[in-house]
Amino acid sequence: MDWTALWLSLRLGFWTVIVLLPVAIIAGRFLAYQQFRGKGVVEALVALPLVLPPTVLGFYLLVSFGGDSPLGQAWRAVFGSQLVFSFQGLLLASIIVNIPFAIQPSQRGFEAIPRDVREAAACCGMSPWRALVRIELPLAWPGVMTAMVLSFAHTLGEFGVVLMVGGAIPGETKTIAIAIYDRVQAFDTASAAQMSMVLFAISILTIATSFALSRRIGRRLG
Amino acid sequence: MALTVELEASAPIPLAADFTVGPGEVVGLVGPSGSGKSTILRSIAGLWQPNHGRVTVDGVTWLDTAAGVSLPPHRRAVGMVFQSYALFPHLAARDNVAAALGHLPASQRAARARELLVQVNLGGLDERRPAELSGGQQQRVSVARALAREPRALLLDEPFSAVDRATRERLYREIAELRCGLNMPVVLVTHDIEEASRLADRLVVLHRGRTLQEGPAHEVIMRPASSEVARLMGIRNLFEATVAGRSDTGQAVLDWAGLQIETEAGCAPGTPVVWAIPDGFVVLHRRDRPSRGEHENPVPGRIDEMIVLGQTAQLRLCPDHAPALPIHFSVSLHVAQRNAIAPGVAATVSLVAEGIHVMTQSSGDSRSAAP
Repeated sequence: MDWTALWLSLRLGFWTVIVLLPVAIIAGRFLAYQQFRGKGVVEALVALPLVLPPTVLGFYLLVSFGGDSPLGQAWRAVFGSQLVFSFQGLLLASIIVNIPFAIQPSQRGFEAIPRDVREAAACCGMSPWRALVRIELPLAWPGVMTAMVLSFAHTLGEFGVVLMVGGAIPGETKTIAIAIYDRVQAFDTASAAQMSMVLFAISILTIATSFALSRRIGRRLG
Repeated sequence: MALTVELEASAPIPLAADFTVGPGEVVGLVGPSGSGKSTILRSIAGLWQPNHGRVTVDGVTWLDTAAGVSLPPHRRAVGMVFQSYALFPHLAARDNVAAALGHLPASQRAARARELLVQVNLGGLDERRPAELSGGQQQRVSVARALAREPRALLLDEPFSAVDRATRERLYREIAELRCGLNMPVVLVTHDIEEASRLADRLVVLHRGRTLQEGPAHEVIMRPASSEVARLMGIRNLFEATVAGRSDTGQAVLDWAGLQIETEAGCAPGTPVVWAIPDGFVVLHRRDRPSRGEHENPVPGRIDEMIVLGQTAQLRLCPDHAPALPIHFSVSLHVAQRNAIAPGVAATVSLVAEGIHVMTQSSGDSRSAAP
């Protein structure tokens, strides 16, 4: 059992969710309520990581994170280290890959709030910020939470992109999904089975928790 | 504390409205769907921005497109009751009301919310969520929430359309009682003329975004300015005629497809007019025993249609002189039965001169008047 890999995956999942939470709320709400030219194009771009093969996406990220790329050079200038094959690079890749999982359910959550309920909040004298916190977020929460659960679970299981961008450096970029593949390659089926079981249990637990919370919110909203 | 509204827009619907609502006055915006009445209400609340407009309340400008002023909705002190109530589903009744009490210190909000719920006869239900309340109760929470903000104007957007008839009757009474204690302008949007006439002091009749008539409710209903308004007011007896002459007392006598009709109007002979008579001014003659009223504009004809709705019989009479111009009227079911009224029988009605409203024909009238 590769505890380091498991810990790395959990850290990666945690930070991905932390970074994507405000993105999901802001972008999801924006796409739900604003009508603008090119909205369809933006929505298609958001969904793009869903349909791109992970290795293709991973390849492009690898190229754009590389030491010769503007992003890679800027990163080196600021932090003094390279972006590829590092935890930070892995996190950035994970965030990009998870954009559709984070934004789409959140957008649906905001879309489900009737327009007159939002307008009623304004007519009650609530500023847009107060209306967001007191009315919109509690009502859109099932969508936002689904977004976070999906992003977390997807990060734990992501393989192709992680391997392309991060390699498999123990303690730095070797996630549990890669560790399982690694063990299978080494004919260490017992370890692979053990890690698969742990990942399986975590996935079940995550989904069960999210369903239970959604039901509770659903009951609360009647 | 008056509310003045001047709005003009070209899209999504053309809009041209201009009216004032005095303190404590209820003005009903009436018109069919798509006439722009809800858009006007939304413009007052700041939920929609017209191309040109000015909205002031008690000297405070909420909107003045010429001066570039447009306060966002949360900074306009409006109380709005939405058609679907728009309660916050995740908050209890008390918290729904407290949500509009942001101007009070947090410690006073719960107590004030309870007071407002008692005021709308919902004492004891403060912990219930909207889903646990009936339609009428939700409507009351919505009213309490609208009043909570101590608004300078109260806006009601078809507030009774989603409740059953019995609840609606009760709510009418409650609203009538409530408005006695309010000193703010109230704008009521409805497509129900009867509702508007019962609750509003004045009506603004809208059609395709334009104001067709504005005035006291009974005047708009009894004296519509045009055939268009008459039709919107639900008057079905609408006919074209020419002024044939004057009676001994100087009032116009109409030539209605060859039949002389005495009126109380004063138009010059030869004028083409449209005349209307509400159902209530068409009186059925007793078929067994003639009475005095028979001298007043008698119209003999044949009953063409009879629809029984509860204790009322709705009748259509095709006059002998012009069968293609039927007169609609209603009588109590027992009156219809006593006179053996049925489709096909001959009957005579009197058109009460007092109820005949004569409008001079405009180009719009001649287009919309009955054939």
